[in-house]
Amino acid sequence: MTEQGSSHRATTLTGAQALIRALEELGVDTVFGIPGGAILPVYDPLFDSKKLHHILVRHEQGAGHAATGYAQATGKVGVCMATSGPGATNLVTPIADAYMDSVPLVAITGQVASMSIGTDAFQEADICGITMPITKHNFLVTRAEDIPRAVAEAFHIAATGRPGPVLVDIAKDAMQASAPFHWPVELNLPGYRPVSKPHGKQIREAARLITQAKRPVLYVGGGVLKARATEELLAFPDSHRLHLGMPGMHGSVAAVTALQKSDLIIALGARFDDRVTGKLSSFAPDAKIVHADIDPAEISKNRTADVPIVGDCREVLTELATAVRGEQAAGRTADYTVWWAALEDWRTRYPLGYETVPGELAPQYVIERLGKIAGPDAIYTTGVGQHQMWAAQFISYEKPYTFLNSGGAGTMGYGVPAAMGAKAGRPEATVWAIDGDGCFQMTNQELATCALNNIPIKIAVINNGALGMVRQWQTLFYNQRYSNTDLQSRRIPDFVKLAEAYGCVGLRCESPDQVDAVIEKAMAINDAPVVIDFVVHEDAMVWPMVPAGLSNDEILAARDQRPDFDDESE
Amino acid sequence: MTTTAPNQTHTLSVLVENRPGVLARVSALFSRRGFNIESLAVGPTEHAEISRITLVVNVAEHPLEQVTKQLNKLVNVLKIVELEPASCVRRELILVKVRADAAERQHVLATLDPFGARVVDVAPDSLVIEATGETAKLEALLRVLEPFGIKELVQSGLLAVGRGSRSITDRSLRAVERAA
Repeated sequence: MTEQGSSHRATTLTGAQALIRALEELGVDTVFGIPGGAILPVYDPLFDSKKLHHILVRHEQGAGHAATGYAQATGKVGVCMATSGPGATNLVTPIADAYMDSVPLVAITGQVASMSIGTDAFQEADICGITMPITKHNFLVTRAEDIPRAVAEAFHIAATGRPGPVLVDIAKDAMQASAPFHWPVELNLPGYRPVSKPHGKQIREAARLITQAKRPVLYVGGGVLKARATEELLAFPDSHRLHLGMPGMHGSVAAVTALQKSDLIIALGARFDDRVTGKLSSFAPDAKIVHADIDPAEISKNRTADVPIVGDCREVLTELATAVRGEQAAGRTADYTVWWAALEDWRTRYPLGYETVPGELAPQYVIERLGKIAGPDAIYTTGVGQHQMWAAQFISYEKPYTFLNSGGAGTMGYGVPAAMGAKAGRPEATVWAIDGDGCFQMTNQELATCALNNIPIKIAVINNGALGMVRQWQTLFYNQRYSNTDLQSRRIPDFVKLAEAYGCVGLRCESPDQVDAVIEKAMAINDAPVVIDFVVHEDAMVWPMVPAGLSNDEILAARDQRPDFDDESE
Repeated sequence: MTTTAPNQTHTLSVLVENRPGVLARVSALFSRRGFNIESLAVGPTEHAEISRITLVVNVAEHPLEQVTKQLNKLVNVLKIVELEPASCVRRELILVKVRADAAERQHVLATLDPFGARVVDVAPDSLVIEATGETAKLEALLRVLEPFGIKELVQSGLLAVGRGSRSITDRSLRAVERAA
């Protein structure tokens, strides 16, 4: 046991007090949660804490996504808290969500008293067992003296290596018992050794390939954000000349085609997931792969890497830049002129676009205007579906950590609570949730939390009255048989009245000429959350699209429109 | 990654922290990543802090690499070593309850010697036989005993240890001690 820093002679604390102290020592300032029987002892010392601000949410799922939004916006570990049983199981979706998107999250749950574990006690659930496959690690703590170390280890595991959610389940009697409190605690994690420093030999090999390549593409994933490596990557804003846009199922023609025709993909903190690769066996057939990731298990998981680099993206980028400069200094330079001409051509011929229907409000137009008016300093969160893809396509993100969404898990309902968390973490920023009418109805109870806790987020509900993305698939692949996708949410509920009922400002916009004014009106309101009901055209579709299961070569720039690359060799 | 490489049996020695729930983490990982475990044996080692899990899996080379990497990500896993058949000793234990009345008993007993098997319980109409060895040898013994009538068969997971003086636990123990 080391005694240093802020530690004092050991004082005796209850487990609950020790938990609060440990969270304070770890620098936690915000906790999202709901109390209940098994976690009740913790809420008593929490009541006195000067450093921890607890935000009482309306549903534990909201607490989990809020902690995720907080973490993604601030780079700090997000913290959520719930009681045992249903409280804990309500955290399962946000935990799974954070796991898929590698978000540093610590979930603290109350558990029934240790003597009752396994007896099917009231509100008992084996949350450690339940969350085992969706956490980076989890702890069941049954003794007061183990609480500080478990919490310290949870934060360390959540934030280091490939970040992820960690759950700490604490038995009620451990919260009530007393033990000497020591801080800091020494971590006891002999099996946890993330590698951050890349191997020099692999870096040199990657640099050699880069200077030999004719058609290289950087495939940049969340690992670059997690490693805080955006400076090293020249920050690459959307407006940058070298930025081709989002790849994958709804990616730009230029981005998808660049990867398909590339001879060298440099993947940085990305995982070749199916939404990016399309049919894996025909993805980027001519490309050699340099794959850098801090998680060795991602390398060669889906696509075999020619040059595997295990390491933190910031260190990889720094060393790679030096190595490439070394190659160039030795006279080995590459000429990408021809490649760039091709990319420019695809970008010019197949820009992102959308059709407008006279008299109808195009959802893409709403999102495009929102991005222009709210600007690059705002933080945007989304739900999952068409509006999410349009928000990815039609807003120009110029700064990192400003586009938060549920990429891996595809969790509908993420948008509002994530915006709440982002705003709690960065109160000075304008935070917009761009949500669908389906998603919004899954988690909009947190409007009450926002209204009561002075978290004035802004919500643009892209209301097409349907589960739009599913409807789009029904249009394209199920003969327009719209089975159970009609939500009728342009009639019920009335989102304006709903917003008002929750103490928010409710606005509605039904035609293109109202769009700017209503967004500007929302931008001017900073003392209450604002909900805008944008009643949009229900048949708008997300393009481009690579139909599921097909090769990325089959990309459609728009409906029934295959790009012509005029270089088809066969 | 789809692969056409043939499946092969691999023996993995997995050193883990001796804590509650670790076996569940390891076995759950296999099922959720879609790998079948052919055999699993777990027990303490010469170091109280470390348990050793011996796993036999039947997979091709690429998925084996993936499962090893995923196992390594478990916080309680200290070390994974694949034991090559040629350079390790592998053993299973079986207990077999065989029908054997007074008339048959001598015939049953006569089959045991070549297998190094022995009788550990005798009843008027049955024998319990204990045998250890590699899988193939035990299968051969079972084929010989089959005609007498096998009433019950219990089989352990495979255990394996590398030949020679090198130990795979030493370095992991140092890590555990450093952390403690």
